[in-house]
Amino acid sequence: MLPPAAPASPLLVEADYIFQLFITGATPNSTRAVRNIKEICELYLPGRYELLIIDIYQQPELARREQIVAAPTLLRQRPLPRRQLVGDLSDRAKVLAVLGLSLPPF
Amino acid sequence: MQDHIDRPLNTLSKLPKAPSGIEGLDEVTEGGLPLGRPTLVCGSAGCGKTLLAVEFLVRGIRDFGEPGVLMTFEETADELAANVTSLGFDLKALQASKQLRVDHVHVDRSEIEETGEYDLDGLFIRLGYAIDSIGAKRVVLDTIEALFSGFPNESVLRSEIRRLFRWLKDKGVTTIITAERGEGTLTRQGLEEYVSDCVILLDNRVIDQITTRRLRIVKYRGSTHGTNEYPYIISEDGISVLPVTSLRLEHQVSNEVVSSGVPGLDTMFTRGGWYRGTSTLITGTAGTAKTTLAASFALAACQRGERCLYFAFEESPAQLIRNMHSVNINLQPCLDQGLLRIEASRPTLNGLERHLVTVHKAIAQFKPQAVVIDPISNLISVGTLSEVRSMLTRLIDFLKVNGITALFTALISARDGRMEMTEEGVSSLVDTWISVRDLEGVGERNRGLSILKARGMSHSNQVREFLVTDAGIELLDVVIGPAGIVTGASRLTQRAQEQARLVAQQYELERKDRELERKRRVLDATIANLRTEFESVEEELRRVNDEEHARQQAINQGHSAIASGSQARLPTPPAGPNAPAQPLVQD
Repeated sequence: MLPPAAPASPLLVEADYIFQLFITGATPNSTRAVRNIKEICELYLPGRYELLIIDIYQQPELARREQIVAAPTLLRQRPLPRRQLVGDLSDRAKVLAVLGLSLPPF
Repeated sequence: MQDHIDRPLNTLSKLPKAPSGIEGLDEVTEGGLPLGRPTLVCGSAGCGKTLLAVEFLVRGIRDFGEPGVLMTFEETADELAANVTSLGFDLKALQASKQLRVDHVHVDRSEIEETGEYDLDGLFIRLGYAIDSIGAKRVVLDTIEALFSGFPNESVLRSEIRRLFRWLKDKGVTTIITAERGEGTLTRQGLEEYVSDCVILLDNRVIDQITTRRLRIVKYRGSTHGTNEYPYIISEDGISVLPVTSLRLEHQVSNEVVSSGVPGLDTMFTRGGWYRGTSTLITGTAGTAKTTLAASFALAACQRGERCLYFAFEESPAQLIRNMHSVNINLQPCLDQGLLRIEASRPTLNGLERHLVTVHKAIAQFKPQAVVIDPISNLISVGTLSEVRSMLTRLIDFLKVNGITALFTALISARDGRMEMTEEGVSSLVDTWISVRDLEGVGERNRGLSILKARGMSHSNQVREFLVTDAGIELLDVVIGPAGIVTGASRLTQRAQEQARLVAQQYELERKDRELERKRRVLDATIANLRTEFESVEEELRRVNDEEHARQQAINQGHSAIASGSQARLPTPPAGPNAPAQPLVQD
């Protein structure tokens, strides 16, 4: 669970979108959330995002630092302001609205 | 419910309890909070929920070696640490020594969006991690209801909170959950449904502009507990819960008698004072020397080498010492020796509970054998009658249990001469009740003292007048006039009258003596007279007698002469005694 799923940008270039997804092991909610966020990122932000998936069972200190209460929680670190999306991210319309994403202009 | 069925039923073993270490609370809960279970502490804003919870943790660490986790949902760790520093709780140091973990859970609605199903595992993990990292035995969740403002999905939240409490129970940590008081319910979010083991309600009430805090155990499953509302205060040492009274009257008694400090008063009791460890009440109207009597008692205690604690609610220590010095009650040396301590404060400075705690603390610190509270009636200004009464009940009880000889003074209104408080409330608690009062006569006031009751010994039934002189209090002998005991000028008048009567009696006696003397002299004179008279009569008689004798003799001689020689001249002696004289006359 720990390794970042798709560090799409090279190290030196800061991604436009930085996400952290906090999950709790392999619970159904967690796996759904991972699947959903990956899908969204690939669809809407191909190559412009950085996603870090963190299992808070293994890194409880991080959960504390990032003020995680619910699981799964998606944290948008960038662009600011910081947003917290709790839940398995199934409500795609809401996720997109909160993240400020829309379908990419093809 | 379920946990009780799961638990092996062992009626003999008591419910294990975790002592909170909070003064008085363990007494009320009969041992502490349920060990390894959650306890709900609810109350309105500002009644000290957080403080109680933090104190529970800190005392757990300090006194019982049980590390604790504080999960705060409202204040940050720094804010909290700053807030409790004034109580002497150094959260930072405890955190540094790995005995305490503080985790601030920040939930901001504006940052959070729900996008599907979720649970609160994040919270569980953080809490579990905090507990495990230091091996915590105690947990505080302050105020978990804040979650309701952060997460809109109430049903998820409720089931998660239920799960959380269950989980905490399984972890075997003793938990305090604080919650805000709701309208008509114990907590705003109905958390009492989830915490079924122990619920403590804190209440902050303002009556007549005075705030009193009260604590009540709403329920305590599997244990008996005190059911009353117990006042508590937040002092500089944390929370103190005051059990209203100790339930049993089991204090030790002493047969030793101590002096009241006024010799005359001592003599009014058959045993020469009152018993050690009892409480005495002196009631009286203004200016009846209650304080002076109290100071005499304090001085006497100090002179016996006992420590005396004097609570002055009317005068400053300096003023008290000066005033008492004027009647030759010199308290300064006792102060210098450390035998006397004067705690002076205005009653309105604190609420009743705080006064009580102040008294408790001062007593615990100073360990006196005698305590004076002057006056208790002033406390009425900071509470209602019933509150003052219950406070005094507790206080008197506390003093008795500790074997402290106590003296209280109480001002009573001059109008009816009685006061409900002393009459109903305190008088049944005190062992000795002395009443000092004004005996108002024609144009003057005098002070009278009487003993209304003295448990365990007989006492004088007289109203004794007393004077406050340069040499202290002096009880005067009883002067009884035609209409009862008289005092003051009447007493002086009475005394003068008596004096006059006495003098008159003396004169009368002397006069009678003289009269007797005179009579005797008269009698003597009469006797002498009579005797003289008698003597003269006697002399007369004797002379007559002698003459008679002489004549008789002469006659006899004449007869014999006749018989011997001149019978011829007398042929027949005529009969009769007078007859012989005839011849003589004829001769």
